[in-house]
Amino acid sequence: MSEQFGLFNYWVVITLMMTGFYIVIARQNLVKKLIGLNIFQTSVFLLFITMGKVRGGTAPILDKTIEIYSNPLPHVLILTAIVVGLATTALGLAIVVRIDHVYETIEEEEIHDIERGIKR
Amino acid sequence: MSHEMTLLIAPLVPLIGAALVSLTGRSPNLRETISIVTGVVLLLLVAPLAPAVMNGARPEAVVWEVLPGLPIAFALEPLGMLFALVASGLWIVTTLYAIGYMRAHDEPSQTRFFACFAIAIAASVGIAFAANLFTLFIFYEALTLSTYPLVTHSRTNEAMRAGRVYLGILFTTSICFLLLAIIWTWFLTGTLDFTPGGILAGKADPMTIGILLALFAFGTGKAALMPFHRWLPAAMVAPTPVSALLHAVAVVKAGVFTVMKVVVYIFGLDLLTETGVNEWLIYVASGTIVLASLIAMTKDNLKARLAYSTISQLSYIVLGAALATQASMIGGSMHIAMHAFGKITLFFCAGAIYVATHKKNISDMEGLGRAMPITFAAFFIGSLSVIGLPPLGGMWSKWFLVLGAAEAGRMIPIAVLMVSSLLNVAYLLPIPLRAFFRAPKGLAPGETLTFSEAPLLCLVPICVTAIGCIVLFFYADSVYRLLEGMG
Amino acid sequence: MIAEHPVIQILIPLLGAPLCVLTGRGVLAYWLALACSLASLFVATRLLATVMATGPIVYELGGWAAPWGIEYRIGPLNSFVLLLVALLGAMVMLAAKKSVESEIPGDRRHFFYAAMLLCQTGLLGITITGDAFNVFVFLEIAALSSYVLIAMGHQRRALYASYQYLIMGTIGSTFILISIGLLYQMTGTLNMADLAARLPAVGDTRTVLVSFAFFMVGVSLKMALFPLHMWLPNAYTYAPSIVSAFLASTATKVAVYVMIRFLFSIYGPAFAFDRIGVSQILGSLALVGIVIMSAAAIFQNNVKRLLAYSSVAQIGYIVLGISFASENGLTGGIVHLFNHGLMKGALFLVVAAVVYRVGSSDLNAFRGLGRAMPVTMFLFVLGGLGMIGVPLTVGFISKWYLILAAIETGHWLAVALVLLSSLLAVIYVWRVVEFAYFQPRDRDSDPVGEAPLSMLVPTAILVLATIVFGINTEWTVGVARAAAVFLLGGHA
Repeated sequence: MSEQFGLFNYWVVITLMMTGFYIVIARQNLVKKLIGLNIFQTSVFLLFITMGKVRGGTAPILDKTIEIYSNPLPHVLILTAIVVGLATTALGLAIVVRIDHVYETIEEEEIHDIERGIKR
Repeated sequence: MSHEMTLLIAPLVPLIGAALVSLTGRSPNLRETISIVTGVVLLLLVAPLAPAVMNGARPEAVVWEVLPGLPIAFALEPLGMLFALVASGLWIVTTLYAIGYMRAHDEPSQTRFFACFAIAIAASVGIAFAANLFTLFIFYEALTLSTYPLVTHSRTNEAMRAGRVYLGILFTTSICFLLLAIIWTWFLTGTLDFTPGGILAGKADPMTIGILLALFAFGTGKAALMPFHRWLPAAMVAPTPVSALLHAVAVVKAGVFTVMKVVVYIFGLDLLTETGVNEWLIYVASGTIVLASLIAMTKDNLKARLAYSTISQLSYIVLGAALATQASMIGGSMHIAMHAFGKITLFFCAGAIYVATHKKNISDMEGLGRAMPITFAAFFIGSLSVIGLPPLGGMWSKWFLVLGAAEAGRMIPIAVLMVSSLLNVAYLLPIPLRAFFRAPKGLAPGETLTFSEAPLLCLVPICVTAIGCIVLFFYADSVYRLLEGMG
Repeated sequence: MIAEHPVIQILIPLLGAPLCVLTGRGVLAYWLALACSLASLFVATRLLATVMATGPIVYELGGWAAPWGIEYRIGPLNSFVLLLVALLGAMVMLAAKKSVESEIPGDRRHFFYAAMLLCQTGLLGITITGDAFNVFVFLEIAALSSYVLIAMGHQRRALYASYQYLIMGTIGSTFILISIGLLYQMTGTLNMADLAARLPAVGDTRTVLVSFAFFMVGVSLKMALFPLHMWLPNAYTYAPSIVSAFLASTATKVAVYVMIRFLFSIYGPAFAFDRIGVSQILGSLALVGIVIMSAAAIFQNNVKRLLAYSSVAQIGYIVLGISFASENGLTGGIVHLFNHGLMKGALFLVVAAVVYRVGSSDLNAFRGLGRAMPVTMFLFVLGGLGMIGVPLTVGFISKWYLILAAIETGHWLAVALVLLSSLLAVIYVWRVVEFAYFQPRDRDSDPVGEAPLSMLVPTAILVLATIVFGINTEWTVGVARAAAVFLLGGHA
């Protein structure tokens, strides 16, 4: 049981990942899809940070008193990934704004209908 | 000039001709002069090679190595020599004819026509000279592509559909079967060179040999072996000079040439007879001979009848290869030349009749003999040669084929050849006979035909090839001596 | 100077992009972008020459040694891909001016060129780097800029196509990120060479298996391997013509490169092929994709979409070659990666020229172009013959190796299906040819002239390249074979 509990973070990662993924696939609303995508990406950030954690370790500061410290590299990587995620979200939202502008809807089904020439 | 140099230059000549033709499109007279000069130059280059090959010379030249071990290379041997001679010789005649025909018809896009024509000849010469299967395949596909604009010359919907059949069948067979067979052979033997005695012996089991033979035979769609023969009648939508040169000489002969060459230089006659894999090919060829003749009888459109006749005659050559004896091989190869002269005469006549009278159907040609005696006389001679009667060249090739079948101890091919000759008589001879001896249809008493012979530029080539049929009867000996060196 | 070339290769387009924005004017930005692309092509050529002459180049970014710093490692394979990207980048940029002027509004042109340069940066970066996480970063640079580029298409559907691509692309690259994270967890390194050295020891753990699964799915999304290709046809159809030409010839190819690199020089053939047996699944997906997508291409009425479906099919050829994991198969796959880039680039540039003149890439717009734009359409025919695989074109060379590899390994079904799909290629290429040469133009439509020289020349260069490399294969096949030997022998 303690082993399961020790993997708590990973369970969270999986839950978030699947939740996000589900939203991306199942939602029709373009903004909600982006939200799902964000949750999905966040789960990956958590995954990286979790693996950098060393039990009993502190922040990696160069000091004689500190012997065990967490691995800083995943944090650095994730900083980059967060920036990338931010850019993706910003771009995605910008596109959605323009879609809303030309189609006057952000529902996937309705866009399809408009393209097929079906009026609502 | 050394023979090696000639090998390299000869295929280039028509290509240069094609380029010049495209450049001089504005002045038809200059353009046509270039076409003829190119033809003459090509023949002058190719012809002197013949005596040397007869004396055993085998010039070789490598152009360029495309992939390691797979060069574009030329090597001359008797069969290729014969094909090159036939193609380049008849090209000049056909060019003359084409000029007369195209002008009389006032066809559009003549520049494209003559340019593609020259490229097709370059490809044919390339096939004739090919030193390995790889080179042969390159020029084989080039021939298909360069003749496509000729077949679809009129740009009508009918031409487009015919072009689909043409390209469809030729590409399907060459890509799916021929290319596969070539790569497979390369995998098995590590070489694709045409080698006397073949390269496959000892490299594969009889089962594989059998499959390969099937892939090669059917893959060469240009040989029009049934059931891959439909492209040939479809291609008849082309202007008649195209049908004449390409679909009686260059394209179809490139097909049977490939089959013959593969049998002799890739499989080797011994391998085929030892393994017995040629058995079925004999029957397929025999079947094609008889069936195509039967279909030809039902066709009223003259060019369609000639097309099916060609399909039937092509299988003579495949049969010669399939029988895999020395005599049948020579007979088959000889038939490349003999049939070329006979059939081109017939096509020229069909075109001349069309130019003069705009009649396509045989039933409308009754009584035309009086108006066009020379044309129908030539048609008669050509028919006799295709049937294989003396004193015409067509007799000899049939003679050797029968001899080869006897040598192989096979009765069925002999019977098929006999029956086919009778069928040839039945579907060819009535045409000139009716033209001469029946009265023209729909003519009031006292009225005479308003037609006369086709233009002189059409008529001269007809006479030349018809006389060629007769000359070949007397000079078959030199063809035989040339081909003796095969294998 | 040559020692700094690897980083210069990336810096040129990377610095060029903000400069383009700063110019604030379309014309200036164009010439700047063109200069950057040509310079980048020059550097790529020099790099390939150096690699072929003296062996792999290793460049430590910022002077940091490998496990800590990021390392650029250039061998025969990636210098080959670098050249493809740089070459297509330059050719497409040469042709871009007029096409962009007609398709992109004036106030956005400098942004457009900046995005083009960023996209180049990303693709070049993915190819050049020897660091797994760096691959992800460049992957995202390329992807983000291509979302922008696609959204610039003048039809409103471009927006939706771009959005779809954004969702699919982000999922794909996040999967790759997960995979890289798991690899790091097991080995403690991100350097590809180190990863390869340490992975065999932990190859049996579930973490590595999971990372492999994530990677394969992610990269398949990125390279549009059937059935994960859904985003591609729309994206290529509605993107500005120039963008279609650039992305179709490079983006998916670079993703394939990433797959080759990870399969062979990180996970290693022993793990990927012998233990997991990725051959079967890749091979079957490739084959199904080749046939179905070629067949789908036949039924398209928009030439861009037709070419897009054909691209998915052609990715299948490349993947098929890789799945054989034999020298000939890999050579065929790699050489086709390059060859197909050339052919598709040329064909899409032809479509760009037609869109420029006629205003549409619809099949109907091609009516009568055989007469109206003879040179352009002739180039299309030549490029199309390459797609079919007619001898003396590059397509034939690729097909030769693929079929040879399939016969060698006894995959007769693959032989049959590859040949069959060549026939399907005949049909879809010939549909366009028939429209161009056999159908008359509408009487009342405006007269159409030949494409401008600025578009014809780069197209002609690419078409010429497909023929030259179809005849003189010493160089392309030589490099591909060197790469194949290196990949198979390097870490087997």
